Amino acid sequence: MSPVLSGVLQLLALIAALALAYRPLGDHMARVYSSDRHLRVEKWIYRAVGADPSAEMRWPAYLRGVLAFSAVSVLFLYLLQRLQGVLPGSLGFASIDPDQAFNTAASFVANTNWQSYYGEQAMGHVVQTGGLAVQNFVSAAVGMAVAVALVRGFARSRTGELGNFWADLVRGVVRVLLPIAVAGALVLVACGAIQNFAGIHEVGQFGGGTQQWQGGAYASQEVIKELGTNGGGLANANSAHPFENPNPFSNLFEVFLILLIPFALTRTFGRMVGSLKQGYAILGTMAVIWIGFTALMMWTEFAGRGAAFEIAGGAMEGKETRFGIAGSAIFSVATTLTSTGAVNSFHSSNTGFGGGLNLLGMQLGEIAPGGVGSGLYGMLIMAIIAVFIAGLMVGRTPEYLGKKIGTREIKLAACYILVTPALVLGFTALALALPTPANSMTNSGAHGFSEILYAYTSGANNNGSAFAGLNADTQWFNSTIGVAMLLGRFLPMVFVLALAGSLAEQRPIPATSGTLRTEKPLFTGLLVGTIAIVAGLTYFPALALGPLAEGLAA
Amino acid sequence: MWLTAMNNSPGNTARLIGAGLRALLVLTLVTGVLYPLLVTGVAQAVFGDQANGSEVKDSTGRVVGSELIGQRYDLPLKKGQDTPSPDLRWFQPRPANGLGTNTVNRQYELLLSGATNRAGDNAELIRWVKDAKAAVVKDNSTADHKVKPSDVPAEAVTSSGSGLDPHISPQYAKLQAHRVAARNHLDVTAVEKLVDAHTDGRVLGFMGEPRVNVLELNIALKDMAAKH
Repeated sequence: MSPVLSGVLQLLALIAALALAYRPLGDHMARVYSSDRHLRVEKWIYRAVGADPSAEMRWPAYLRGVLAFSAVSVLFLYLLQRLQGVLPGSLGFASIDPDQAFNTAASFVANTNWQSYYGEQAMGHVVQTGGLAVQNFVSAAVGMAVAVALVRGFARSRTGELGNFWADLVRGVVRVLLPIAVAGALVLVACGAIQNFAGIHEVGQFGGGTQQWQGGAYASQEVIKELGTNGGGLANANSAHPFENPNPFSNLFEVFLILLIPFALTRTFGRMVGSLKQGYAILGTMAVIWIGFTALMMWTEFAGRGAAFEIAGGAMEGKETRFGIAGSAIFSVATTLTSTGAVNSFHSSNTGFGGGLNLLGMQLGEIAPGGVGSGLYGMLIMAIIAVFIAGLMVGRTPEYLGKKIGTREIKLAACYILVTPALVLGFTALALALPTPANSMTNSGAHGFSEILYAYTSGANNNGSAFAGLNADTQWFNSTIGVAMLLGRFLPMVFVLALAGSLAEQRPIPATSGTLRTEKPLFTGLLVGTIAIVAGLTYFPALALGPLAEGLAA
Repeated sequence: MWLTAMNNSPGNTARLIGAGLRALLVLTLVTGVLYPLLVTGVAQAVFGDQANGSEVKDSTGRVVGSELIGQRYDLPLKKGQDTPSPDLRWFQPRPANGLGTNTVNRQYELLLSGATNRAGDNAELIRWVKDAKAAVVKDNSTADHKVKPSDVPAEAVTSSGSGLDPHISPQYAKLQAHRVAARNHLDVTAVEKLVDAHTDGRVLGFMGEPRVNVLELNIALKDMAAKH
């Protein structure tokens, strides 16, 4: 079997597995977020929090919940790292410096998992499991909560009420993420991912002498890092490390976990707005982009253009033998079209066009299928832009799912799509204009520029992967990327929740013969086109200076 | 609308922050303590070997590493050398030019992981690949077997993502068989058979790539050489 055919079969197996999980998981999540019942363990949690889970919140209250919880999370995670040196169970590792601790705290709370630290030699068991992995759960649940609030905005009428943030947060963790994580972690352990709390110990070697290992809760963190589209590995090599991703099956399983919830949420959306077909139109848009990107990535990586790769006889730099080019290409597309940022191969050593696809995937806004929750709300914002453009073309007031897209709605959607490009391009320009940030580059020329563009693209879009040649552990990058991650996560949430509130207050408009049929394939086509135009107009000049220049020169 | 969003009396804000803190602490207990302990307990009980690193023993019962973690098979460092030369008696793994050095907690010499992160047009990477290719051709050419540069597979001259890749392609293992046989005074066909016996196909016939675990192959080689 040729490696290309094996890649195609792996992609088909992945699609089949996702399709099997789509209905049960999508329907399950719709029930979770619509149910009036509280599990006993949830009631205990609400009592401890002191929150009434049945109290409906209007959008400002919902937003305050999101912001208060996240602010406390940043502070807690910052302090945990600053105190690591005196915490027991930390392998004797020193405390993290303030700028790096801020960057890491912002990163994990913002569902980014950008890492300027070197996992296995910086973070002990307590910070990893009790701090970073916890945020992998809760930041994902926050994203899902905000998405569900927006869906309720479409589904409800003549009310400003969007649900209860604490209930959505707790249910996302307890009923969605935890059960899958427990089962998935054991699958990964069976494959060979380690799961222990050993201290630093010596293990014999073939040629005599020993190597020094630290244990770690690898499997339990690996599974939620993919499932919650977080991406922060225990080890520096992330999912390329054999203890995180031991074999070709675990590799495909991890890609499955990355894509599982973001795709299934389109079913949840369809259920909650009362039209599964509306969900399928969104799913179709996501799937077209994802499959198209995967095909392009395989094409460019198998072609292997680039001086070093051509001398080597293939683009295997930064890739593992057991995954090969196909398994690496599938993973690298899934991780950059979602907000994951885990890597099983190093994107900086992709071909010029391959690295460009990683960049563009994030720059689409991570909506195909996107991060857990953030992918769905990002895509719904693009759907609003698409119906607005279609409305302009025919001269009708645009509407979506029976709600009018008026001035206020389109302003909020426009603000949403301006946030990340402003952060990405602004900070990239600033970093290049200043004398010192460029010292962090490993590569020069077009690829050096791409390293910095990638860093801010990844940060502001909450991805977390890197062209990791960039030495990002400087005060400049730790602080500016930290700020980009927080603004890139929470400013869009402000606009999404305000939009949800405004939609929920409207009375529904009955569909007429003039209504744009947003459940039809034609709309999927329009949506794909809108996404391409918005991202293209925004980022083409920057991409031309970086990956396109590199790819065309090869 | 901003006024309604930010219309908080100090008391309200304090209550909200308190609720956020309590929620975080309870969820930390659930996802940061109970969850990892549960997974660790089951993993240790059911998959003890894997959960502790899939350690591999040689025929004497001594632990010689993990089947998942690649090792170096080098000669002792000579005076004046920066990097040790490969011990050509053993099958050689892929290059690992991207492994970092301990910089943070320097009291340890932890096993690190890392990639080179060099782009295809990077001058240093081009040099590394050229040098590696020349070395593979030179090291593996024996009196009656000449290796051509076009025989060398890509992974043999490039660094992996982790730097700890435990595998090489069957092609690269076969390419080394002549040299390994010569250095250990073994029959080439016997060594080639050993490579075949240690080649793993794709999982379920289509996942990943065929590969040879270098540590396991070298353990078997050592046994074969000892019996010879």
